Amino acid sequence: MLEIRDLECVRGDHRLFRGLNFSLQGGELLYLRGSNGSGKTSLLRTVCGLLEPAAGEVLWKGENVRSQRDEFNAELTYLGHLNGVKGELTAFENLRLGCALSGLAVGEDELYDALERIGLGGREDLPTQVLSQGQKRRVALARLLLSRARLWVLDEPFTALDVAAVDQLAKLIEAHLQKGGMAMFTTHQAVDIRAGAVHEVNLDAQQA
Amino acid sequence: MTDGAVRQAGLFAAWRSMLVRDLTLAMRRRADVLTSLFFFVIVVSLFPLGVSPEMAVLRGIAPGVIWVAALLATMLSLGRMFADDHHDGSLEQMLLLPHPLSLLLLGKVLAHWLVSGLPLVLLSPLLGMQLGLDGDAIGLLMVTLLLGTPVLSLIGATGAALTLGVRGGGVLVSLLVLPLYIPVLIFGTGAVDAGLSGMSYEGHLSLLGAFLVLALVTTPLATAAALRISVE
Repeated sequence: MLEIRDLECVRGDHRLFRGLNFSLQGGELLYLRGSNGSGKTSLLRTVCGLLEPAAGEVLWKGENVRSQRDEFNAELTYLGHLNGVKGELTAFENLRLGCALSGLAVGEDELYDALERIGLGGREDLPTQVLSQGQKRRVALARLLLSRARLWVLDEPFTALDVAAVDQLAKLIEAHLQKGGMAMFTTHQAVDIRAGAVHEVNLDAQQA
Repeated sequence: MTDGAVRQAGLFAAWRSMLVRDLTLAMRRRADVLTSLFFFVIVVSLFPLGVSPEMAVLRGIAPGVIWVAALLATMLSLGRMFADDHHDGSLEQMLLLPHPLSLLLLGKVLAHWLVSGLPLVLLSPLLGMQLGLDGDAIGLLMVTLLLGTPVLSLIGATGAALTLGVRGGGVLVSLLVLPLYIPVLIFGTGAVDAGLSGMSYEGHLSLLGAFLVLALVTTPLATAAALRISVE
C-alpha cells in the first residue's frame, strides 16, 4: 500500500537521511526510531506530502502521492507536534468542524460519544484554550476515534498524555491495525502495541 | 449517488465548514475585527481636521480618502488571516484535507471579506456624508467598494500566505500587496470622480468587475501554492 522508495531528505544544508526504503501493508505498524534531530518528523511530514523529498518518492497503491493528493489525503490522518486545535472553539466545535472539513459525515451523538471515550466528558463545551496540555492533545486524538483513514501518521502521539491515555491510545492503534489499517509513529516512550507485523526504521543508522 | 457526486457533496460541506469556522473565530475575537473598522473611521475623520473643513475641498478628495483608508484597514486585518492557523497547526491539517485547497481558501477569503471588507462598504455612506458627498456619489462609492474590497481580500490572502512565518511579515505584506492594490484604487476612485463630474463611469465599474473575476480565478491558486511552501 504505502511504499517509500530511495527517499532522501535535506533540511537547510544538512542531509538527514538518504536511500531510505520501506513499505507498509494493511495491519502493519512502523515504529520510527532515532535521536533528536535525526529526521523523524521530517520523514513523517514527507510521507504526508507536507515536505517535498530531495530525492526518491512516496508511493500509495503504486502511485506517487503527489499526483493523487486528494485521494491520498482522504486515506490519511496526520497528528503532528501541533494539535491543530483552535483555542477559541470548544472541544466539540473543534471535532465537528474537523470532521466536516475532512468530509466525514458524523452525527452529534457520535461526536459527543468520541469526546466522552477520549476522557473529555463534561469538558465538551469549554473553549479548548482553558484546557490543559494533555486535554488539548486528547481533543486532537478524538479525531482518530472517528477517522476512517487507512493510514495513521502520528508524530510523538504520546507526549503530554497521562498513563491511562497512553494505554488507551495504544489500544486504539491496535484496533486500527486489526481492522486492516496502517500506522507509523515515533515515540521516545516504551509502548507495547501488538500488530500483524512491526517494522522498525532506525534513522540513526541511515545517517549519510 | 455516484462517487463524483459524493465527493462534490463532501467538498461543499467542507467549504461551508471553513466559512463557518472562520466566522465563528472572528466572532470570538471581536476586538480584532473592530480595531480595523475603527481604524478606517478614524483615518477618514482625520482629513477634515488635517486638510480643511471646507466642503468643496473635502468633496474633491473624498473618494480617494475613503478608498485609501479602506486599503489600509484591509492591510491591518491581513496578518491574522493565516498566522494563527500556522501557529497552532491547523494549517497543516488544512493542507492534508482531501479537497482542492484553492477552493477551500475561497471559503476562508469569503469569511475574511464578510468580517473586514463588507463592514467597510456598510460604513462608507456615513463617512461619505461626513466628507460632503451627495446621495448619488455615495451610492456609486458603495458599488465600487462592493466590487473592490473582495479583490483586496483575495490579493491580500496571497500576500499573507507568502509572508507567513517571516519575521516582520506585517510590514513585508504591505510592501508586497499595496502595489497590487493600485489598479483597484485607481478605478475605484476614478468611477466616483467620473460620477461627481457627470461623466460616464460604467467603464471603471466594468474594469473593477474584471479585476474581481481575475482575482477570483487566479489568487486562490497562488495562495494555495504559497501556503504549501510556508509549511516546508
